[in-house]
Amino acid sequence: MADREERRFAEVSRESVRLMAEGAGVELGDDVAALLAEDVCYRLREATQSSSQFMRHAKRRKLTVEDFNRALRWSNVEAVCGYGAQDALPFRSVKEGELFFVEDRDVNLVELALATNIPKGCAETMVRVNVSYLDGKGNLEPQGTVPTAVQSLSDDLLKYYQQITRAILGEDPHLMKVALLDLQSNSKIAALLPYFVYVISGVSFRVTQISIYDSHHHAPLLPSCVLNAPLSVFTCFCWQAVERVLFPHLPAYWANLQAVLDDYSVSNAQVKADGHKVYGAILVAVERLLKMKALSLSQSAEGHPGAHPGSVVGAASYRVNSPGLSPPPEPLSEAALGIASHLQVGGAGCHWEEWTPVPLPAMYCELYSFFGDSLAVRFSTGPGFGTHSPCTPSQLSDSRKEPPGPASNLDTTRKMPQLTANLNISPRQDGSPRTDPPPPSLSGTGSVRAVPRASSMQRSKSSSSCSRQRSAGLSREVFPKARFTSPQTTPPVFSFLIGGRQMGQRCQGRRPFQTMFATTPPVPAVPPRTYAHKLPVIGRVGKPVRRWTCSHYSLHLPL
Amino acid sequence: MAAVQGSMSDADIKTDIKTEPSTDGFGNNNANDGRVLSASPSSGSSTGSNKQTAAVTPEDQQTLLAVLQFLKKNKLTESVEILRREAGLPENSLDPKATESAGAGSGGAAGIVDLEGGDVSSLLSRVTGSSSAGAQDQPDVRVVLSAYSQQGDPTLYEVYYSDLKKFIETVLDCHRAELSQVFYPLFVHMYLELVYNNHESEAKAFFEKFSGDQECYYEDDLRVLSGLTKKEHMRGNETLLDFRTSKFVLRISRDSYQLLKRHLQERQNNQIWNIIQEHLYIDIFDGMPRSKSQIDAMSGSLAGEAKREANKTKVYYGLLKEPEIELPLDDEDEEAENEEGKPKKKKPKKDSMGSKSKKQDPNAPSQNRIPLPELKDSDKLDKIMYMKEATKRIRLGLDNLPSVCFYTFLNAYQGLTAVDFTDDSSLIAGGFADSTVRVWSVTPKKLRKVKSAADLNLIDKESDDVLERIMDEKTASESKIMYGHSGPVYGISFSPDRNYLLSSSEDGTVRLWSLLTFTCLVAYKGHNYPVWDTQFSPYGYYFVSGGHDRVARLWATDHYQPLRIFSGHLADITCTRFHPNSNYVATGSSDRTIRVWDVLSGNCVRIFTGHKGPIHSLAFSPNGKFLASGATDGRVLLWDIGHGLMVGELKGHTDTIYSLRFSRDGEILASGSMDNTVRLWDAMKAFDDLETDDFTAATGHIHLQDNSQELLLGTYTTKSTPVIHLHFTRRNLLLAAGAFNP
Repeated sequence: MADREERRFAEVSRESVRLMAEGAGVELGDDVAALLAEDVCYRLREATQSSSQFMRHAKRRKLTVEDFNRALRWSNVEAVCGYGAQDALPFRSVKEGELFFVEDRDVNLVELALATNIPKGCAETMVRVNVSYLDGKGNLEPQGTVPTAVQSLSDDLLKYYQQITRAILGEDPHLMKVALLDLQSNSKIAALLPYFVYVISGVSFRVTQISIYDSHHHAPLLPSCVLNAPLSVFTCFCWQAVERVLFPHLPAYWANLQAVLDDYSVSNAQVKADGHKVYGAILVAVERLLKMKALSLSQSAEGHPGAHPGSVVGAASYRVNSPGLSPPPEPLSEAALGIASHLQVGGAGCHWEEWTPVPLPAMYCELYSFFGDSLAVRFSTGPGFGTHSPCTPSQLSDSRKEPPGPASNLDTTRKMPQLTANLNISPRQDGSPRTDPPPPSLSGTGSVRAVPRASSMQRSKSSSSCSRQRSAGLSREVFPKARFTSPQTTPPVFSFLIGGRQMGQRCQGRRPFQTMFATTPPVPAVPPRTYAHKLPVIGRVGKPVRRWTCSHYSLHLPL
Repeated sequence: MAAVQGSMSDADIKTDIKTEPSTDGFGNNNANDGRVLSASPSSGSSTGSNKQTAAVTPEDQQTLLAVLQFLKKNKLTESVEILRREAGLPENSLDPKATESAGAGSGGAAGIVDLEGGDVSSLLSRVTGSSSAGAQDQPDVRVVLSAYSQQGDPTLYEVYYSDLKKFIETVLDCHRAELSQVFYPLFVHMYLELVYNNHESEAKAFFEKFSGDQECYYEDDLRVLSGLTKKEHMRGNETLLDFRTSKFVLRISRDSYQLLKRHLQERQNNQIWNIIQEHLYIDIFDGMPRSKSQIDAMSGSLAGEAKREANKTKVYYGLLKEPEIELPLDDEDEEAENEEGKPKKKKPKKDSMGSKSKKQDPNAPSQNRIPLPELKDSDKLDKIMYMKEATKRIRLGLDNLPSVCFYTFLNAYQGLTAVDFTDDSSLIAGGFADSTVRVWSVTPKKLRKVKSAADLNLIDKESDDVLERIMDEKTASESKIMYGHSGPVYGISFSPDRNYLLSSSEDGTVRLWSLLTFTCLVAYKGHNYPVWDTQFSPYGYYFVSGGHDRVARLWATDHYQPLRIFSGHLADITCTRFHPNSNYVATGSSDRTIRVWDVLSGNCVRIFTGHKGPIHSLAFSPNGKFLASGATDGRVLLWDIGHGLMVGELKGHTDTIYSLRFSRDGEILASGSMDNTVRLWDAMKAFDDLETDDFTAATGHIHLQDNSQELLLGTYTTKSTPVIHLHFTRRNLLLAAGAFNP
């Protein structure tokens, strides 16, 4: 009952009615327009209500245009044509006129006609059976078994899949490393990649790392399956995973995504559609991350530092594996070890050391630079973020005017993560010519500083890990041979050490969250919207709108 | 009969309050709120006609008279005569009214006949429509709405309502819960009255002020109401019409009712009293007032609870006697089993079967209550197969949960709308949003068509394997697609003999498909709106369908017109199920009620209320005693058909329940939902724990314990597949189906 106040009707204003009438060449009086507007609202509501019935009987959650048209047809109203496509329609706004419209691009017929990739028909509907639960108990070894869908793949791929999964899940570290390296470099496994999601869901962290890696390297060419697969998994992980794995890579991801989304050619349609999905997945993951982080901060502020939902394991491993020493950075260790050590740590099952939490405000601002208002829209309904969201709109307007470039990149330490990210993107310029982020010189030092920490940690562990490092270092030479990757790929995850240094302590369990949150001054500089300004508008709205409380279907019209 | 008592007391009260004689049933435009208590048709004449004729119920009589009037007016004198003779009405019953019908108001001062005259003429106008305005298309609407046309002071509505609210909030706790039931119907009617009389701003203010007080399960209806602010919009609004055409039923104890009555009399709160008189049906019972939880369990439907007498009809819920079929002693089978156990087992089994079939279940309908098709040889074979399989059936229970097999529809593109399995689990059919019906063979046996007529001429008709020879091997495939519908296929059902398939669609037709030729045989046209569900009788031949037109129809495959029309639901019929003995049909509806209909008479024999959302799944227990229902509110409710009572509530699902199925022996209830889970419930325990003492049975006041968690045996999740169909194989393996929804 309490939320009843929040609810609104979708209303068509009398101005809109008058505009539409003008469009049809009719002049309307005020009272007529008002009456019409009211009636239009009522009819719309009525049609929506009856269309939801079609949705329910089709056993769907999403209200489609088709449902609405059926409702219209049954009430003897002409159906609305031209909106039957399955994909979401980008809803754009014109800032000046407060106008919203559906993007309707010109179709390049020549390109369409001469396109060589004729779309194949839809895959045929089929039924597949699997025994889900035996005697009421779940299948006990879901990870080890080959997913049924994989069986339709070629024998070679299947064998490859089995070998790889066995290697990764097995005990032999050497075998695992080989497998991981091959996963990084092998360009022919695109068809298999979605199925690694199965593995991921079973093995969680370390394989997530792999997938990220994969997508990181193959992304320009294979965003459809590669980007999608691991990302969809993110939402089911705890938010710490998102913070640690996704967040640092985001700038790199972003460039790819942007390139994909900017490409309007027909041949890119499928990939672009997937890109939109990826965008949504990231947005969801990030939103959750922010919310949970804010929540955890407020919780720890209340004096329950360890009580984060879903973080029990993480917290425990953090404590166990960080023996209270934070080795000073050694600036001279070689940067090339980056990837290998990263994998290394992933394989060892613990990588909490090399990751330093980013304070919430900074994180929000950075994320805001990517997502713009659509983040704010999603986030504004959430709990406990009162102090920071209000400042963002002004930042937004400022940053829009700001020209993107290396100069603006260099202002503050806060932007270090982005800088290093740029560095990471640069090798991919051959792959996707649309992204041209300048590699600033400063970032080099950043990553150089970052790496030693990880390596020193390894040294403190065991001698075997040292040998692994070496072999990993060697295997780095494989990368140039790979088709889509370029030699100098430094995992941007390290760049956060700079942020970490800025923030200070790391060794008190979950405490740093609290202290940081309390002590960090409001972010002084505005992050340049290097990425945001290029991204086509997806769900970015002029002003924040409250999310409907009950959004079973998109056209829901609450009271 | 409590209902009679209730209406009697209504009549008493009427004389208490009444200040002026009633004029006619509608359209009294005397201004001010001291409005004349118009004798609303049913309550007014229930007293009168009861004295006159005991045999015909007052409602029936009225209807008859109205029909007679209508016929007469249309100069169908012969029909009038026939109907009159059939109904056994005296010849003069019509004469005085025919003359009166023009001047609808019958003065109404005096006797029974005159009172009835008034009623008839008002009824008549319902039937014939008001000739004055010429709105011939929706006569019903006009009459119904005109009940609102009196004028009260719109500003006083809030005062009245809040006065009543204040009163109810201050009464004793035990009465408060009961009297609070009045709020919602009163609120709606007062709001509609305001809207109808063009007091838009007052209506809005009224809504704003009091809509928050209503129970949360009325939210959906309130949403519809809130959009309705103009008199013009009232005409086409179906939800509103439902509310108007039916009386909202409340069950209130006598004490509470007296309390309310006294209060309203003291305050001269006639506005509210009128509404209670006219639009509410108060079912008064003697005894303890019900608690809030008891009330909440039963309320939630569009038109209140069911009247108690609506569930008093005897229902023959027992199973029909199975025909005796000789189980052929299959030697191979015997040898395969162990030697000593089998023959021994078989003998007593036969005996028990024989004795069982001799002794008629007292609750079962007579074998030929409705004519059923005779068993064919193939049916007998199938029965034998069934019995063989049944001996290998796993006994399920708390410690022995079924295995679950999931049939995932891939590449359905969100288009899978209905699924059905054959009873022997050999075929699976899917209905799709693209109007197609597809059938897959689940076994290695492929689907084949019958040969063409020319080829059939060539085969040897005397050969033993003629049934095999007629099949065209060239057409063998794993699946077949059938085209014919022109809208999404919402319901699908195999015939028990696996020769036919039914599908119901948005295009308003139900189609019968042959699974031998994979072509459409018949399109049954009767529903002119989307048909949401259809199902074959367990004995074949009959089938039931229900849809947007709020009517369920019973068909026989060889009749192109329905045999029965079951009407009474106030909103779409969303699902239809046959009772295992084929004598009854259950329908679930968006009006949040379940009705059970007698196939023989076409009458509604049970009305179950308690769901808070549209009902999307129904399942009869194998012994025919119980009914389970699932709705959008995510709850499963269990009903005792014989007693007409709610006997259980299973909470756990978080989204619409689209499928329900009892295991073959009825020990376990499986529910499949939009929330991507299958849940198993201990049905045996749920039904065993019942305390069906006489008091509960007599009053209908159920007291449910909240033991969902104890009854929940397991929750099985899918990855991302809503479960839209469930089926237990003959050996009690659970099959689930749904479309992968990435």
